[in-house]
Amino acid sequence: MLVTFSDVLTDGANSAALAFRAAVEALGLDGVSETSTSLTSTFVTYDPLLLARDALRARLQELTEDRVWSAAPLPTNRVLWTIPAVFGGEEAGPQLEEAARLAGVSPDVAVAELCAKPLRVMTLGFAPGQPYLGSLPKNWDIPRQSGLTKRVPIGAITVAIRQIVLFSTSTPTGWRQVGKCGFHAFRPNAPEPFALKPGDEIRFRSVSDQDFANLQAGDQSGDGGAIREGLG
Amino acid sequence: MTTSLLIHRAGPAMTVQDLGRPGHMGQGLSMGGAADRTAFIEGVALLGQSLSCAAIEMAAFGGEFSTTADIRIALTGAPMKATLDGEPLVWNASHLVKAGQRLSIGPARTGVYGYLHVGGGIHTTPFLGSRATHLTAGIGGVLASNQTLPIGPDSHRGDVGKTLTPEARFEGGSVRVLPSVQTDNFPGVVRTRFEMTGFKRTPRGNRQGVELVFEGRPFATGEQLTILSEPMVAGDIQMTGEGIPFVLLPECQTTGGYPRIGTVLPCDLPIVAQATAGSALSFRFVGHATALQTHKSPEQILAQLTTSTRPLVRDPRAIRDLLAYQLVGGVVNALEDDRME
Repeated sequence: MLVTFSDVLTDGANSAALAFRAAVEALGLDGVSETSTSLTSTFVTYDPLLLARDALRARLQELTEDRVWSAAPLPTNRVLWTIPAVFGGEEAGPQLEEAARLAGVSPDVAVAELCAKPLRVMTLGFAPGQPYLGSLPKNWDIPRQSGLTKRVPIGAITVAIRQIVLFSTSTPTGWRQVGKCGFHAFRPNAPEPFALKPGDEIRFRSVSDQDFANLQAGDQSGDGGAIREGLG
Repeated sequence: MTTSLLIHRAGPAMTVQDLGRPGHMGQGLSMGGAADRTAFIEGVALLGQSLSCAAIEMAAFGGEFSTTADIRIALTGAPMKATLDGEPLVWNASHLVKAGQRLSIGPARTGVYGYLHVGGGIHTTPFLGSRATHLTAGIGGVLASNQTLPIGPDSHRGDVGKTLTPEARFEGGSVRVLPSVQTDNFPGVVRTRFEMTGFKRTPRGNRQGVELVFEGRPFATGEQLTILSEPMVAGDIQMTGEGIPFVLLPECQTTGGYPRIGTVLPCDLPIVAQATAGSALSFRFVGHATALQTHKSPEQILAQLTTSTRPLVRDPRAIRDLLAYQLVGGVVNALEDDRME
Protein backbone atom coordinates (compact mmCIF):
# COMPACT_ATOMS: atom_id res chain seq x y z
CA MET A 1 0.00 0.00 0.00
CA LEU A 2 1.40 3.35 -1.08
CA VAL A 3 0.90 6.63 0.81
CA THR A 4 1.88 9.53 -1.43
CA PHE A 5 2.41 13.04 -0.07
CA SER A 6 2.93 14.82 -3.38
CA ASP A 7 3.03 14.18 -7.12
CA VAL A 8 6.00 16.51 -7.42
CA LEU A 9 9.22 16.34 -5.47
CA THR A 10 9.51 18.86 -2.66
CA ASP A 11 11.70 18.78 0.43
CA GLY A 12 8.55 18.83 2.58
CA ALA A 13 6.96 15.86 0.82
CA ASN A 14 10.22 13.93 1.12
CA SER A 15 10.49 14.72 4.85
CA ALA A 16 6.87 13.64 5.22
CA ALA A 17 7.52 10.28 3.58
CA LEU A 18 10.55 9.59 5.80
CA ALA A 19 8.74 10.58 9.00
CA PHE A 20 5.57 8.70 8.06
CA ARG A 21 7.56 5.53 7.45
CA ALA A 22 9.10 5.84 10.93
CA ALA A 23 5.61 6.29 12.38
CA VAL A 24 4.25 3.21 10.56
CA GLU A 25 7.18 1.18 11.91
CA ALA A 26 6.40 2.50 15.38
CA LEU A 27 2.79 1.26 15.10
CA GLY A 28 4.16 -2.29 14.96
CA LEU A 29 1.12 -3.64 13.13
CA ASP A 30 0.87 -7.43 12.84
CA GLY A 31 1.03 -8.33 9.17
CA VAL A 32 3.17 -5.38 8.06
CA SER A 33 6.23 -7.12 6.71
CA GLU A 34 8.25 -4.22 5.40
CA THR A 35 8.21 -0.45 4.94
CA SER A 36 10.21 1.76 2.62
CA THR A 37 10.13 5.23 1.15
CA SER A 38 10.40 6.60 -2.34
CA LEU A 39 10.88 10.32 -3.01
CA THR A 40 7.50 11.47 -1.77
CA SER A 41 5.78 8.25 -0.70
CA THR A 42 5.83 5.64 2.02
CA PHE A 43 5.37 2.06 0.83
CA VAL A 44 3.92 -0.51 3.22
CA THR A 45 4.29 -4.17 2.33
CA TYR A 46 1.82 -6.38 4.17
CA ASP A 47 0.56 -9.92 4.23
CA PRO A 48 -3.14 -9.88 3.31
CA LEU A 49 -3.56 -13.19 5.15
CA LEU A 50 -2.65 -11.49 8.44
CA LEU A 51 -3.87 -7.94 7.90
CA ALA A 52 -6.97 -7.02 5.91
CA ARG A 53 -6.46 -4.42 3.21
CA ASP A 54 -9.32 -2.23 4.45
CA ALA A 55 -8.03 -2.35 8.02
CA LEU A 56 -4.55 -1.28 6.94
CA ARG A 57 -5.96 1.46 4.75
CA ALA A 58 -8.00 2.80 7.68
CA ARG A 59 -4.99 2.79 10.03
CA LEU A 60 -2.80 4.58 7.51
CA GLN A 61 -5.54 7.10 6.70
CA GLU A 62 -5.90 7.85 10.38
CA LEU A 63 -2.15 8.27 10.71
CA THR A 64 -1.94 10.72 7.78
CA GLU A 65 -4.39 12.98 9.66
CA ASP A 66 -2.43 12.75 12.90
CA ARG A 67 -0.04 15.65 12.21
CA VAL A 68 1.41 17.92 9.53
CA TRP A 69 3.82 15.42 8.02
CA SER A 70 5.55 17.89 5.69
CA ALA A 71 6.76 19.80 8.76
CA ALA A 72 8.26 16.68 10.36
CA PRO A 73 11.96 16.88 11.19
CA LEU A 74 14.55 14.89 9.23
CA PRO A 75 16.03 11.75 10.78
CA THR A 76 18.86 12.21 13.30
CA ASN A 77 22.53 11.20 12.89
CA ARG A 78 22.70 12.45 9.34
CA VAL A 79 25.99 12.58 7.44
CA LEU A 80 27.38 14.97 4.79
CA TRP A 81 29.65 13.39 2.20
CA THR A 82 31.84 15.55 -0.05
CA ILE A 83 32.61 13.38 -3.06
CA PRO A 84 35.27 14.17 -5.69
CA ALA A 85 34.02 13.57 -9.23
CA VAL A 86 34.94 14.00 -12.87
CA PHE A 87 32.33 15.67 -15.09
CA GLY A 88 32.16 15.42 -18.88
CA GLY A 89 34.34 13.46 -21.24
CA GLU A 90 33.60 10.33 -23.19
CA GLU A 91 34.09 7.89 -20.32
CA ALA A 92 33.07 9.86 -17.21
CA GLY A 93 30.26 12.06 -18.50
CA PRO A 94 29.32 11.30 -22.12
CA GLN A 95 25.96 13.11 -21.88
CA LEU A 96 27.05 16.26 -20.03
CA GLU A 97 26.67 18.49 -23.08
CA GLU A 98 23.28 17.06 -24.00
CA ALA A 99 22.01 17.40 -20.41
CA ALA A 100 23.41 20.94 -20.09
CA ARG A 101 21.67 21.92 -23.33
CA LEU A 102 18.35 20.57 -22.00
CA ALA A 103 18.95 22.54 -18.78
CA GLY A 104 19.64 25.65 -20.86
CA VAL A 105 23.21 26.23 -19.66
CA SER A 106 26.78 25.68 -20.85
CA PRO A 107 28.57 22.51 -19.70
CA ASP A 108 30.75 24.60 -17.34
CA VAL A 109 27.74 26.26 -15.74
CA ALA A 110 26.04 22.87 -15.56
CA VAL A 111 28.92 21.40 -13.53
CA ALA A 112 28.95 24.47 -11.27
CA GLU A 113 25.21 24.07 -10.66
CA LEU A 114 25.48 20.33 -9.94
CA CYS A 115 28.26 20.99 -7.40
CA ALA A 116 26.83 24.21 -5.94
CA LYS A 117 25.28 22.87 -2.75
CA PRO A 118 24.81 19.70 -0.74
CA LEU A 119 21.98 17.55 -2.06
CA ARG A 120 19.78 15.44 0.20
CA VAL A 121 19.57 11.67 -0.12
CA MET A 122 15.84 11.75 -0.81
CA THR A 123 15.57 7.99 -1.02
CA LEU A 124 17.57 4.85 -1.67
CA GLY A 125 16.21 2.80 -4.46
CA PHE A 126 16.35 1.09 -7.81
CA ALA A 127 19.55 -0.73 -6.81
CA PRO A 128 21.04 -1.50 -3.38
CA GLY A 129 22.10 1.60 -1.48
CA GLN A 130 21.57 3.81 -4.52
CA PRO A 131 20.71 7.42 -3.66
CA TYR A 132 18.31 9.76 -5.41
CA LEU A 133 19.69 13.25 -4.64
CA GLY A 134 17.81 16.51 -4.78
CA SER A 135 16.66 18.96 -5.45
CA LEU A 136 18.54 20.63 -8.29
CA PRO A 137 17.54 24.11 -9.57
CA LYS A 138 14.35 24.35 -11.69
CA ASN A 139 16.21 24.39 -15.02
CA TRP A 140 17.22 20.77 -14.27
CA ASP A 141 13.64 19.56 -14.59
CA ILE A 142 14.70 17.62 -17.70
CA PRO A 143 13.06 14.37 -18.82
CA ARG A 144 14.68 10.97 -18.88
CA GLN A 145 15.76 9.69 -22.28
CA SER A 146 13.11 7.77 -24.17
CA GLY A 147 15.65 5.02 -24.88
CA LEU A 148 17.98 3.31 -22.46
CA THR A 149 21.73 3.76 -22.08
CA LYS A 150 23.05 0.21 -22.37
CA ARG A 151 25.14 0.36 -19.21
CA VAL A 152 26.50 2.96 -16.82
CA PRO A 153 29.35 2.10 -14.43
CA ILE A 154 29.25 2.00 -10.62
CA GLY A 155 29.74 5.60 -9.51
CA ALA A 156 27.99 7.08 -12.54
CA ILE A 157 26.48 10.52 -11.83
CA THR A 158 23.26 10.87 -13.80
CA VAL A 159 20.58 13.54 -14.04
CA ALA A 160 16.86 13.93 -14.75
CA ILE A 161 13.81 15.63 -13.19
CA ARG A 162 15.79 17.89 -10.80
CA GLN A 163 17.63 14.94 -9.29
CA ILE A 164 20.96 13.19 -9.44
CA VAL A 165 21.18 9.43 -9.21
CA LEU A 166 24.57 8.12 -8.14
CA PHE A 167 24.63 4.55 -9.47
CA SER A 168 25.59 1.85 -6.98
CA THR A 169 25.61 -0.94 -9.57
CA SER A 170 26.40 -1.15 -13.25
CA THR A 171 23.10 -1.22 -15.12
CA PRO A 172 21.09 0.08 -18.07
CA THR A 173 19.30 3.37 -17.42
CA GLY A 174 17.16 6.10 -18.91
CA TRP A 175 19.03 8.80 -16.96
CA ARG A 176 21.79 10.83 -18.67
CA GLN A 177 25.32 10.29 -17.39
CA VAL A 178 27.16 13.57 -16.79
CA GLY A 179 29.96 12.47 -14.48
CA LYS A 180 31.59 9.74 -12.47
CA CYS A 181 32.93 9.27 -8.94
CA GLY A 182 34.59 6.51 -6.95
CA PHE A 183 32.02 6.37 -4.15
CA HIS A 184 30.44 2.94 -3.69
CA ALA A 185 26.99 3.37 -2.20
CA PHE A 186 26.66 -0.43 -1.86
CA ARG A 187 29.51 -2.44 -0.33
CA PRO A 188 28.50 -6.10 -0.22
CA ASN A 189 31.71 -7.11 1.57
CA ALA A 190 31.68 -4.38 4.22
CA PRO A 191 30.21 -4.85 7.72
CA GLU A 192 27.71 -2.09 6.83
CA PRO A 193 26.80 -2.78 3.18
CA PHE A 194 24.71 0.36 2.78
CA ALA A 195 26.89 3.50 2.89
CA LEU A 196 24.01 6.00 2.88
CA LYS A 197 20.63 6.46 4.49
CA PRO A 198 17.76 8.73 3.55
CA GLY A 199 18.34 12.22 4.96
CA ASP A 200 22.13 12.15 4.47
CA GLU A 201 23.62 14.78 2.15
CA ILE A 202 26.09 14.64 -0.71
CA ARG A 203 28.05 17.47 -2.25
CA PHE A 204 30.05 16.79 -5.40
CA ARG A 205 33.41 18.43 -5.96
CA SER A 206 34.62 18.66 -9.58
CA VAL A 207 38.22 17.51 -9.95
CA SER A 208 40.58 16.94 -12.90
CA ASP A 209 41.08 13.49 -14.44
CA GLN A 210 44.56 13.38 -12.89
CA ASP A 211 43.39 14.34 -9.39
CA PHE A 212 40.57 11.82 -9.68
CA ALA A 213 42.96 9.04 -10.65
CA ASN A 214 45.24 9.92 -7.70
CA LEU A 215 42.31 9.88 -5.28
CA GLN A 216 41.11 6.49 -6.48
CA ALA A 217 44.56 4.85 -6.48
CA GLY A 218 44.75 2.45 -3.61
CA ASP A 219 41.28 3.27 -2.20
CA GLN A 220 39.98 0.11 -0.54
CA SER A 221 37.26 1.74 1.52
CA GLY A 222 34.75 2.38 -1.26
CA ASP A 223 34.71 6.06 -0.28
CA GLY A 224 36.58 7.04 -3.46
CA GLY A 225 38.28 9.98 -1.73
CA ALA A 226 35.06 11.29 -0.21
CA ILE A 227 35.11 13.20 3.08
CA ARG A 228 32.55 12.38 5.77
CA GLU A 229 31.15 14.89 8.28
CA GLY A 230 28.37 14.53 10.83
CA LEU A 231 25.31 16.76 10.39
CA GLY A 232 23.85 16.03 13.83
CA MET B 1 33.25 -33.63 7.33
CA THR B 2 31.22 -31.32 5.14
CA THR B 3 29.76 -32.85 2.03
CA SER B 4 30.59 -30.95 -1.14
CA LEU B 5 28.89 -30.61 -4.47
CA LEU B 6 31.43 -30.52 -7.27
CA ILE B 7 30.42 -28.62 -10.38
CA HIS B 8 32.36 -30.19 -13.24
CA ARG B 9 30.61 -28.15 -15.88
CA ALA B 10 28.35 -25.16 -15.22
CA GLY B 11 25.77 -23.79 -17.63
CA PRO B 12 26.13 -20.09 -18.38
CA ALA B 13 23.65 -18.77 -15.80
CA MET B 14 23.58 -21.07 -12.79
CA THR B 15 23.13 -19.43 -9.39
CA VAL B 16 22.39 -20.38 -5.79
CA GLN B 17 18.83 -19.40 -4.88
CA ASP B 18 16.34 -19.61 -2.06
CA LEU B 19 13.23 -17.51 -1.39
CA GLY B 20 15.30 -14.32 -1.23
CA ARG B 21 15.97 -11.62 1.36
CA PRO B 22 12.91 -9.50 2.11
CA GLY B 23 13.17 -6.42 4.30
CA HIS B 24 15.64 -4.25 2.39
CA MET B 25 13.48 -2.41 -0.11
CA GLY B 26 14.06 0.79 1.83
CA GLN B 27 17.78 0.34 1.19
CA GLY B 28 17.24 -0.28 -2.49
CA LEU B 29 17.75 -4.03 -2.38
CA SER B 30 14.99 -6.10 -3.95
CA MET B 31 14.04 -9.42 -2.45
CA GLY B 32 15.60 -11.59 -5.17
CA GLY B 33 15.34 -15.35 -4.80
CA ALA B 34 14.23 -18.10 -7.17
CA ALA B 35 12.79 -16.87 -10.46
CA ASP B 36 10.17 -19.63 -10.22
CA ARG B 37 9.28 -19.72 -6.53
CA THR B 38 6.77 -22.52 -7.10
CA ALA B 39 9.49 -24.74 -8.55
CA PHE B 40 11.73 -23.91 -5.62
CA ILE B 41 9.03 -24.93 -3.13
CA GLU B 42 8.31 -28.10 -5.14
CA GLY B 43 11.91 -29.18 -4.55
CA VAL B 44 11.61 -28.44 -0.84
CA ALA B 45 8.43 -30.57 -0.75
CA LEU B 46 10.03 -33.47 -2.63
CA LEU B 47 12.92 -33.58 -0.17
CA GLY B 48 10.71 -32.88 2.85
CA GLN B 49 13.01 -30.18 4.10
CA SER B 50 12.98 -26.56 5.22
CA LEU B 51 12.16 -23.59 3.00
CA SER B 52 15.52 -22.14 4.04
CA CYS B 53 17.45 -24.85 2.14
CA ALA B 54 19.04 -23.20 -0.90
CA ALA B 55 19.11 -24.84 -4.35
CA ILE B 56 20.86 -24.32 -7.66
CA GLU B 57 18.87 -22.43 -10.28
CA MET B 58 19.81 -23.31 -13.84
CA ALA B 59 18.75 -20.84 -16.52
CA ALA B 60 18.11 -22.72 -19.76
CA PHE B 61 21.18 -24.97 -19.37
CA GLY B 62 22.16 -27.48 -16.71
CA GLY B 63 25.60 -28.80 -15.91
CA GLU B 64 27.56 -31.78 -14.60
CA PHE B 65 27.88 -32.54 -10.93
CA SER B 66 29.14 -35.08 -8.45
CA THR B 67 29.38 -35.23 -4.67
CA THR B 68 31.86 -36.31 -2.03
CA ALA B 69 29.22 -38.33 -0.13
CA ASP B 70 25.82 -39.89 -0.87
CA ILE B 71 23.18 -37.17 -1.12
CA ARG B 72 19.53 -36.77 -2.00
CA ILE B 73 18.55 -34.51 -4.88
CA ALA B 74 15.34 -33.25 -6.39
CA LEU B 75 14.87 -31.82 -9.88
CA THR B 76 12.13 -29.27 -10.50
CA GLY B 77 11.15 -26.35 -12.73
CA ALA B 78 11.83 -26.26 -16.45
CA PRO B 79 12.22 -29.91 -17.46
CA MET B 80 15.75 -30.79 -18.51
CA LYS B 81 17.23 -34.07 -19.59
CA ALA B 82 18.95 -35.53 -16.54
CA THR B 83 21.08 -38.65 -16.23
CA LEU B 84 22.99 -40.29 -13.39
CA ASP B 85 25.99 -42.21 -14.67
CA GLY B 86 24.15 -42.30 -17.97
CA GLU B 87 20.87 -43.63 -16.54
CA PRO B 88 17.91 -41.32 -17.13
CA LEU B 89 16.45 -39.58 -14.09
CA VAL B 90 12.81 -38.54 -13.86
CA TRP B 91 12.28 -34.77 -13.58
CA ASN B 92 9.99 -33.45 -10.81
CA ALA B 93 11.25 -36.20 -8.55
CA SER B 94 13.76 -36.93 -5.79
CA HIS B 95 16.67 -39.33 -6.24
CA LEU B 96 19.72 -40.70 -4.47
CA VAL B 97 23.11 -39.67 -5.84
CA LYS B 98 25.98 -41.75 -4.52
CA ALA B 99 29.42 -40.32 -3.91
CA GLY B 100 31.33 -40.10 -7.17
CA GLN B 101 28.35 -40.69 -9.45
CA ARG B 102 28.10 -38.25 -12.33
CA LEU B 103 24.89 -36.22 -12.51
CA SER B 104 24.44 -34.67 -15.92
CA ILE B 105 21.71 -32.12 -16.65
CA GLY B 106 21.12 -30.94 -20.21
CA PRO B 107 19.38 -27.91 -21.66
CA ALA B 108 15.76 -27.10 -20.85
CA ARG B 109 13.32 -28.85 -23.16
CA THR B 110 10.71 -26.26 -22.38
CA GLY B 111 10.65 -23.36 -19.94
CA VAL B 112 13.67 -21.48 -18.68
CA TYR B 113 14.53 -22.10 -15.01
CA GLY B 114 15.30 -25.62 -13.76
CA TYR B 115 16.31 -26.37 -10.18
CA LEU B 116 18.71 -28.82 -8.62
CA HIS B 117 17.92 -29.21 -4.92
CA VAL B 118 20.10 -31.15 -2.53
CA GLY B 119 19.15 -32.70 0.79
CA GLY B 120 20.35 -30.26 3.45
CA GLY B 121 20.50 -27.42 0.96
CA ILE B 122 23.43 -25.59 -0.59
CA HIS B 123 25.25 -24.30 2.47
CA THR B 124 27.01 -21.12 1.34
CA THR B 125 27.41 -18.24 3.79
CA PRO B 126 24.18 -16.24 4.06
CA PHE B 127 24.18 -12.49 3.41
CA LEU B 128 21.46 -10.53 5.21
CA GLY B 129 19.70 -13.79 6.06
CA SER B 130 19.64 -15.41 2.63
CA ARG B 131 21.91 -17.41 0.35
CA ALA B 132 20.25 -16.15 -2.82
CA THR B 133 22.62 -14.80 -5.43
CA HIS B 134 21.49 -11.35 -6.53
CA LEU B 135 23.39 -10.74 -9.73
CA THR B 136 22.35 -7.14 -10.32
CA ALA B 137 23.27 -6.22 -6.73
CA GLY B 138 26.58 -8.05 -6.93
CA ILE B 139 25.66 -10.48 -4.13
CA GLY B 140 27.18 -13.84 -4.98
CA GLY B 141 27.85 -14.64 -8.59
CA VAL B 142 27.23 -17.00 -11.47
CA LEU B 143 28.46 -20.50 -10.67
CA ALA B 144 31.49 -21.63 -12.63
CA SER B 145 32.86 -24.93 -13.84
CA ASN B 146 35.17 -26.59 -11.30
CA GLN B 147 33.56 -24.71 -8.43
CA THR B 148 32.75 -26.59 -5.21
CA LEU B 149 29.74 -25.80 -3.02
CA PRO B 150 29.18 -26.95 0.58
CA ILE B 151 26.06 -29.01 1.31
CA GLY B 152 24.28 -28.70 4.65
CA PRO B 153 23.44 -31.58 6.98
CA ASP B 154 20.50 -33.65 5.69
CA SER B 155 17.97 -34.74 8.30
CA HIS B 156 16.02 -37.08 5.98
CA ARG B 157 18.77 -39.23 4.53
CA GLY B 158 17.50 -42.05 2.35
CA ASP B 159 14.08 -40.55 1.79
CA VAL B 160 13.96 -40.44 -2.02
CA GLY B 161 11.80 -41.69 -4.87
CA LYS B 162 9.03 -39.12 -4.60
CA THR B 163 7.43 -37.25 -7.43
CA LEU B 164 4.80 -34.62 -8.03
CA THR B 165 3.06 -33.20 -11.06
CA PRO B 166 3.66 -29.47 -11.43
CA GLU B 167 1.06 -27.08 -12.73
CA ALA B 168 1.65 -26.36 -16.42
CA ARG B 169 3.60 -23.13 -16.70
CA PHE B 170 6.42 -23.68 -19.14
CA GLU B 171 4.93 -22.53 -22.43
CA GLY B 172 3.38 -19.14 -21.74
CA GLY B 173 -0.35 -18.64 -21.26
CA SER B 174 -2.87 -16.34 -19.68
CA VAL B 175 -1.66 -14.37 -16.69
CA ARG B 176 -3.80 -12.59 -14.08
CA VAL B 177 -2.97 -8.99 -13.21
CA LEU B 178 -3.98 -6.87 -10.24
CA PRO B 179 -4.50 -3.15 -10.86
CA SER B 180 -1.87 -1.14 -8.99
CA VAL B 181 -1.04 2.45 -8.10
CA GLN B 182 -0.43 3.68 -11.65
CA THR B 183 -2.99 1.58 -13.52
CA ASP B 184 -5.35 4.54 -13.76
CA ASN B 185 -2.64 6.63 -15.45
CA PHE B 186 -3.38 4.50 -18.51
CA PRO B 187 -6.63 5.50 -20.22
CA GLY B 188 -9.40 2.87 -20.17
CA VAL B 189 -9.05 2.18 -23.89
CA VAL B 190 -5.35 1.50 -23.43
CA ARG B 191 -6.04 -0.91 -20.56
CA THR B 192 -8.64 -2.72 -22.65
CA ARG B 193 -6.24 -2.96 -25.58
CA PHE B 194 -3.62 -4.31 -23.17
CA GLU B 195 -5.98 -7.15 -22.20
CA MET B 196 -6.85 -7.85 -25.85
CA THR B 197 -3.25 -7.92 -27.06
CA GLY B 198 -1.31 -11.11 -27.63
CA PHE B 199 2.25 -10.67 -26.38
CA LYS B 200 5.34 -12.70 -27.01
CA ARG B 201 8.38 -12.88 -24.84
CA THR B 202 11.54 -11.62 -26.56
CA PRO B 203 15.01 -13.10 -26.01
CA ARG B 204 15.72 -10.00 -23.91
CA GLY B 205 15.21 -11.07 -20.35
CA ASN B 206 16.93 -12.24 -17.21
CA ARG B 207 16.29 -12.46 -13.48
CA GLN B 208 15.44 -8.73 -13.42
CA GLY B 209 12.62 -8.94 -15.89
CA VAL B 210 11.51 -9.96 -19.34
CA GLU B 211 10.63 -7.87 -22.36
CA LEU B 212 7.48 -8.50 -24.38
CA VAL B 213 6.72 -7.70 -28.00
CA PHE B 214 3.36 -7.18 -29.63
CA GLU B 215 1.79 -5.75 -32.74
CA GLY B 216 0.21 -2.34 -32.48
CA ARG B 217 0.80 1.06 -30.97
CA PRO B 218 2.92 1.53 -27.82
CA PHE B 219 1.18 1.48 -24.44
CA ALA B 220 1.72 5.02 -23.21
CA THR B 221 0.49 7.35 -20.53
CA GLY B 222 0.66 11.12 -20.88
CA GLU B 223 3.49 11.99 -18.50
CA GLN B 224 5.55 8.86 -19.18
CA LEU B 225 9.05 10.36 -18.90
CA THR B 226 8.65 12.71 -15.98
CA ILE B 227 6.70 10.85 -13.28
CA LEU B 228 8.46 10.39 -9.95
CA SER B 229 10.12 7.07 -9.26
CA GLU B 230 7.95 4.94 -7.01
CA PRO B 231 8.46 1.57 -5.27
CA MET B 232 8.19 -1.47 -7.47
CA VAL B 233 8.06 -5.20 -6.88
CA ALA B 234 8.42 -8.42 -8.83
CA GLY B 235 5.37 -8.90 -11.04
CA ASP B 236 4.96 -5.24 -11.89
CA ILE B 237 4.41 -4.63 -15.60
CA GLN B 238 6.43 -1.58 -16.48
CA MET B 239 6.02 0.36 -19.71
CA THR B 240 9.35 1.72 -20.89
CA GLY B 241 9.73 5.11 -22.56
CA GLU B 242 9.01 3.36 -25.85
CA GLY B 243 5.74 1.95 -24.49
CA ILE B 244 7.04 -1.62 -24.46
CA PRO B 245 6.10 -3.80 -21.48
CA PHE B 246 8.69 -5.32 -19.17
CA VAL B 247 7.47 -7.77 -16.54
CA LEU B 248 9.69 -7.48 -13.49
CA LEU B 249 11.17 -10.56 -11.81
CA PRO B 250 12.78 -11.07 -8.37
CA GLU B 251 15.98 -9.15 -9.10
CA CYS B 252 14.09 -6.07 -10.27
CA GLN B 253 14.98 -2.61 -9.12
CA THR B 254 13.14 -1.39 -5.99
CA THR B 255 11.94 1.86 -7.52
CA GLY B 256 11.27 2.88 -11.06
CA GLY B 257 10.10 5.90 -12.95
CA TYR B 258 8.35 4.19 -15.80
CA PRO B 259 4.63 3.73 -15.24
CA ARG B 260 3.25 0.31 -14.40
CA ILE B 261 -0.03 -0.86 -15.82
CA GLY B 262 -0.52 -3.53 -13.15
CA THR B 263 1.07 -6.36 -11.17
CA VAL B 264 1.07 -10.04 -12.08
CA LEU B 265 -0.34 -12.19 -9.26
CA PRO B 266 2.54 -13.93 -7.46
CA CYS B 267 1.04 -17.36 -8.20
CA ASP B 268 1.03 -16.58 -11.95
CA LEU B 269 4.47 -15.00 -12.11
CA PRO B 270 6.23 -18.33 -12.77
CA ILE B 271 4.33 -18.48 -16.08
CA VAL B 272 6.11 -15.29 -17.14
CA ALA B 273 9.49 -16.29 -15.72
CA GLN B 274 9.35 -19.67 -17.43
CA ALA B 275 8.14 -18.39 -20.82
CA THR B 276 10.80 -18.99 -23.44
CA ALA B 277 11.53 -16.47 -26.18
CA GLY B 278 8.59 -16.51 -28.57
CA SER B 279 6.11 -17.94 -26.04
CA ALA B 280 2.69 -16.28 -26.15
CA LEU B 281 1.47 -14.43 -23.06
CA SER B 282 -1.74 -12.54 -22.44
CA PHE B 283 -2.96 -10.57 -19.44
CA ARG B 284 -6.30 -10.06 -17.76
CA PHE B 285 -7.16 -7.86 -14.82
CA VAL B 286 -8.69 -9.38 -11.70
CA GLY B 287 -9.95 -7.68 -8.54
CA HIS B 288 -8.54 -7.81 -5.03
CA ALA B 289 -11.03 -10.43 -3.87
CA THR B 290 -9.92 -12.85 -6.59
CA ALA B 291 -6.28 -12.08 -5.91
CA LEU B 292 -6.77 -12.70 -2.20
CA GLN B 293 -8.31 -16.12 -2.90
CA THR B 294 -5.19 -17.15 -4.79
CA HIS B 295 -2.77 -15.76 -2.23
CA LYS B 296 -0.85 -18.29 -0.17
CA SER B 297 2.22 -18.03 2.00
CA PRO B 298 5.25 -20.15 1.06
CA GLU B 299 4.44 -22.35 4.07
CA GLN B 300 0.90 -22.93 2.81
CA ILE B 301 2.15 -23.74 -0.69
CA LEU B 302 4.68 -26.14 0.79
CA ALA B 303 2.04 -27.90 2.88
CA GLN B 304 -0.18 -28.29 -0.18
CA LEU B 305 2.66 -29.56 -2.39
CA THR B 306 3.84 -31.95 0.32
CA THR B 307 0.46 -33.68 0.38
CA SER B 308 0.54 -33.94 -3.40
CA THR B 309 3.85 -35.83 -3.53
CA ARG B 310 3.56 -39.52 -4.31
CA PRO B 311 5.95 -42.44 -4.72
CA LEU B 312 7.85 -42.46 -7.95
CA VAL B 313 6.75 -45.50 -9.95
CA ARG B 314 9.42 -46.24 -12.48
CA ASP B 315 8.32 -46.30 -16.04
CA PRO B 316 9.24 -49.71 -17.49
CA ARG B 317 10.48 -47.94 -20.60
CA ALA B 318 13.16 -46.25 -18.53
CA ILE B 319 14.60 -49.38 -16.96
CA ARG B 320 17.80 -50.43 -18.60
CA ASP B 321 17.39 -54.16 -17.84
CA LEU B 322 14.26 -54.20 -19.94
CA LEU B 323 16.06 -52.53 -22.79
CA ALA B 324 18.57 -55.33 -22.78
CA TYR B 325 15.77 -57.64 -23.91
CA GLN B 326 15.01 -55.49 -26.94
CA LEU B 327 11.32 -56.16 -26.40
CA VAL B 328 10.31 -53.73 -29.04
CA GLY B 329 12.38 -52.14 -31.76
CA GLY B 330 12.86 -48.43 -31.25
CA VAL B 331 12.74 -48.36 -27.50
CA VAL B 332 16.18 -46.83 -27.36
CA ASN B 333 15.07 -44.13 -29.74
CA ALA B 334 12.10 -43.46 -27.55
CA LEU B 335 14.46 -42.76 -24.67
CA GLU B 336 16.44 -40.35 -26.73
CA ASP B 337 13.25 -38.57 -27.60
CA ASP B 338 13.27 -37.53 -23.97
CA ARG B 339 10.02 -39.25 -23.06
CA MET B 340 11.04 -39.64 -19.47
CA GLU B 341 8.29 -37.43 -18.13
